[in-house]
Amino acid sequence: MRRKTFWKFVGPSVALMLFFIAAPLVAVLWQSFFLSVPVVQSVEVETCSPGFPSQTCVTELKSRPVLDENGRPVTNTAFVGLQLYNAVVQPETVWQALKTGDYEAILRIDFWRALRFTLTFTFVTLPLVLSIGLAIALAVNNAAPKVRGPVIFVSLLPYIITPVIGGISIYWLFVGDGIATRLIEAVIDRNIAVMTMGWAVEALMMFYRVWHVAPFAFVIFYAGLQGVNRDTLESAMIDGASRFERLRYVIIPHLMPLIIFVTLIHLMDSYRVFEEVVAFNAQSQRISLQWLTYDFLQPDDSGNRSIGRASASSILTMIGIVIILFPVLRRTWRDHKS
Amino acid sequence: MSDAAIRQPLGLRLASTGFLVFWSLLACFPLFWIVVMSFKVPLDAFADDALQVIFGPVTREQRGGISISDLIFGALLAYGIYKVPGLFAKPAVERLSAGRWGRFVIVPVYLAAVAFMLDAYWITGFTVLAAVAGAALVWFLAFADEPGEDSVVLGYLLATTIYLALAAALAWYAIPFILSVVRSVLSAVPLIDMLAMPVIGVTGEHYESVWVGREFYRNFFNTLLVTAGVTTVSLTVGTLAGYGLARSSSNLAFWLLILALVFRALPHSVLVTGYLPPFISSRAILQPLWDMPVLGWVLGLFSANPPTLYGQPYAVIAVLVSINQPFTIWMLRSFFKSIPTELDEAARVDGCSDFEAFRKVIMPVMWPGVITTGLFSFLLAYNDYLICSLLLNSQNQTMVPAITQFFDSETTSTDQVQAVAAAVSITAPLFLLVLAFQKQIVSGLTAGAVKG
Repeated sequence: MRRKTFWKFVGPSVALMLFFIAAPLVAVLWQSFFLSVPVVQSVEVETCSPGFPSQTCVTELKSRPVLDENGRPVTNTAFVGLQLYNAVVQPETVWQALKTGDYEAILRIDFWRALRFTLTFTFVTLPLVLSIGLAIALAVNNAAPKVRGPVIFVSLLPYIITPVIGGISIYWLFVGDGIATRLIEAVIDRNIAVMTMGWAVEALMMFYRVWHVAPFAFVIFYAGLQGVNRDTLESAMIDGASRFERLRYVIIPHLMPLIIFVTLIHLMDSYRVFEEVVAFNAQSQRISLQWLTYDFLQPDDSGNRSIGRASASSILTMIGIVIILFPVLRRTWRDHKS
Repeated sequence: MSDAAIRQPLGLRLASTGFLVFWSLLACFPLFWIVVMSFKVPLDAFADDALQVIFGPVTREQRGGISISDLIFGALLAYGIYKVPGLFAKPAVERLSAGRWGRFVIVPVYLAAVAFMLDAYWITGFTVLAAVAGAALVWFLAFADEPGEDSVVLGYLLATTIYLALAAALAWYAIPFILSVVRSVLSAVPLIDMLAMPVIGVTGEHYESVWVGREFYRNFFNTLLVTAGVTTVSLTVGTLAGYGLARSSSNLAFWLLILALVFRALPHSVLVTGYLPPFISSRAILQPLWDMPVLGWVLGLFSANPPTLYGQPYAVIAVLVSINQPFTIWMLRSFFKSIPTELDEAARVDGCSDFEAFRKVIMPVMWPGVITTGLFSFLLAYNDYLICSLLLNSQNQTMVPAITQFFDSETTSTDQVQAVAAAVSITAPLFLLVLAFQKQIVSGLTAGAVKG
């Protein structure tokens, strides 16, 4: 295909991506170095209240936002260097905590709390998703052809459902006197409140994610299992390989590209964990990096959004993504060169 | 390999089957449970006893319920509605597309829509744009084929619409009547009249108060607008790009794909941080365009002043389409790759230009891939929480972010059951989607992975 025709086909899509993905990224980087604050002026205000014999008057200095001719507050934007990053990461507090050995103090800072949760979440769910997905795929492959269709149908439900709704539906099972809480209480014979315990909420969020993504891994692995070379399997059997050895040395190597694919997708997606925090109403206990940015972007009581801090935390989140993707990109580059 | 050689020991088979059963239950239990809860009065929905939640004795006493005969006949009718398309779809679609019946239906529908639009908004930039887009769609669906050829897409569209309307009418009017007749017949006979007694308490009051009282249908229409926009635009832009990328092996194509992969990994909140400030102050930013001589007049047809993009569904559609592009072009590219290049070459030998080859030769065999990718675009737009909740205001919120409004008032248990009903309402279309398009979803999931 000639260069000109290629651009005719690809042009609209590239333009959209440049305008709505690349341009905002540059804007975010720019915003993270600039702080916009409403301009405030001090005004002497005299307030008088009726009194006897003369009215009592109080003069005080009040700060007011300066308004422009349209009645909008004037904002002043100034270059602040890394100040916004400082406000998000708080390196002094962290350094202090490291010196005194008070590691709890680090996790009281929102950014480090979010980073801790996001990383734990990503790397705990990854092996679970891979192993459960593989287990379902093997079990379905074992099952009679008649039940395969219905099992795939049922398995797709958790994957296809709106993440917030799926999370809430599990939240409802456990919140307060939900049915699952009752079951646990009946087993251990003690009253519990699941949603007040941070670790339990964290575990439930991980459970939800595995429930949600395992079907995806299952479908991919199941498709891969259809292509396993039966001759290799047979010769492995003749060589006396046990069932486990066949799995370990024939099936898993065959599925390896797919395992890497699922790992890549899962790393990208679970690093962006966000909906779980909303669904499990967990912001006081566990927050994620993306939720941190979201929280900065939400208008506060006076209607201001802290765009600057959101930008700083966005850039920090992005750095994490680049680190996670780096090995993959390097490998693709090598493959492409050779 | 003989079957005896791969036969597994009983223990392994039992374990495998047991695991499968456990997983199937686990996969659908939370969803099943919210469906059950949404039909009960709060006292039953939040009962201690699981059986009380399922059977709902309080609901049965206060609001009535359904009997075993209702269950059996209802299930039979539902199964019938599900099975009929498989039996009669092919001849019906052939009929509808062969006789060009589509033209007689779709042209009046289009004219009526234009008349309605003119009546409501008169001539503005938007109505003209919508009329042109609609005309293009009509031409594409009903007139674009070679003479004598059947317009199969239109046939399918018509058949589906008619069937869904008929099924809905049947479910709404006929089934309650049939069930009541069955019940009255059964209760006249001693011994089996037990079958006609209400067993499971059911009430639809929460759905009514969500959709009518809390005006959830507004959110539904916003979701409809956003998802329809996102699906059509991202497919149009994405098929072009996917084809271009699939047929090019240049370095540039490789780097575009890698860039798309990086873009796919970006957290959406990062992008929204970039959108928010310009979207909020877009009126001031866009003002110079409106002041320009010719362009300003054209833009003035759309709105007298530059729009504030914040809160506009159109802006959200643009954002979601762009965010969706990396995924769309990767998936469509892998579908295009599976179409042999000999097909394009043959078309080019016959004198087609690149675009004609794409339009007349490749696209007709590409429909399965387009439908699959469309499904995933639909899902992205339908399931989005973050972008819609930050870029839309509460007046034109979509369904998923709107569900959080039920939690702000989480004071009474009635509110909570209403939230459950809203959640089920959001899930129901997805359930039907899996039911209808299971094969396409599976092929879409594996397209990226297996074909490389």
